[in-house]
Amino acid sequence: MTTPDEIQPIPEEKKLPPPWVVGLAFILLLGFLVLIGMGLRRTQMGPIVIGQKVPAFTLTTFDGQVVNTADYLGKVILVNFWASWCKPCEQEAFELEAAWQLYQPRGDVIFLGVGYVDTEPEALAFLHQFGITYPNGADVGTRVSQMFRIQGVPETYIIDQEGRLAYVKKGPFLSLSEIQNAVDQRLP
Amino acid sequence: MMGKGCWMSSFRLMDKAVKGPMISEPGNERPFQRAAPGKLTAMVAWVVMVGSLILFGLVTSPVAAQRPTPSDDEVNRLAKEMYCPVCENVPLDMCPTQACAQWRALIRQKIGEGLSDAEIKEYFVLQYGDRVLSEPPRRGFNWLIYILPPVFFIGGAVIVLNVMRTMRKNVPGTDGPEKDFLPPPDEVYLTRLEEELKRRQENDY
Repeated sequence: MTTPDEIQPIPEEKKLPPPWVVGLAFILLLGFLVLIGMGLRRTQMGPIVIGQKVPAFTLTTFDGQVVNTADYLGKVILVNFWASWCKPCEQEAFELEAAWQLYQPRGDVIFLGVGYVDTEPEALAFLHQFGITYPNGADVGTRVSQMFRIQGVPETYIIDQEGRLAYVKKGPFLSLSEIQNAVDQRLP
Repeated sequence: MMGKGCWMSSFRLMDKAVKGPMISEPGNERPFQRAAPGKLTAMVAWVVMVGSLILFGLVTSPVAAQRPTPSDDEVNRLAKEMYCPVCENVPLDMCPTQACAQWRALIRQKIGEGLSDAEIKEYFVLQYGDRVLSEPPRRGFNWLIYILPPVFFIGGAVIVLNVMRTMRKNVPGTDGPEKDFLPPPDEVYLTRLEEELKRRQENDY
């Protein structure tokens, strides 16, 4: 005979979801967390650092030439990001062209101009206004600027003969001698 | 101009071929009389005229009806679905920078060329990347942005409903079925209990 102290409540049977539902929920949650992690990792990476190997990239110039930096391994490459709507870019335009005129005969220094989120007519007008003759092209899809993780324009990156980032300049060059100092230090 | 000149010269040649060249005869009151027209001259004149007509048609270009200049409303309708390339989180229709003004001018040009909204957006995405759009394009991993939040919201709602239903069952006096904490009464035990209680009451008195 049972006493009141021995009487236990009848537990209600809990209905659990099927195992595949639980598994799918965990997989979705994990996938979502991975995506968030990848996005955060990218935003926290910061700009490309000096000494880091710079991946080769292709630039199609405004006159239809295709320039691949891999073809210039062994040479110093100066990559300048600019835009026609960028007032500070105008400050260094003449100096960059003057520097190019100095280094072009040597053959071991290449200047590349990358137009950042610019429209072609205005970009061409900018190049014409400042008489720029070194290769310039639009950053289609902002792939090159995202690779360098630039923070604005103008920014200049110098890649050494081994394909590593050797120099970074955020903002306009103030003089021709500043450009020469930056490039000459990377030359043998 | 060239076409008109060709046309007039061929016309004069035709006129001379039909009516004959002007000649002068000594003692003639009319110093200039027309000679008899030659067949060869007439043929040459016809050929020149037809050739001029053909040349005129080839040189001049057809005049097409000009498209009306897109209005600011048309431009901004598309611009508000895109973001400024320089300023963060500023729609293109509200951005005052020069870069945005150039982009709006480009949109106006593309609308004037007859491109649809989708084509213009596709152009900007190709040129400047996906981030120019206010909504991520529906392709590749971007689909997860559209699918996962509703899935998590619905899943969370189901979980909350289940928990609330369980809580209502546990509260006494609710509409849910009552729990039986006691088994059906044991009649023999109850009879004995009542007899024992009666006996104790009589002993107390």
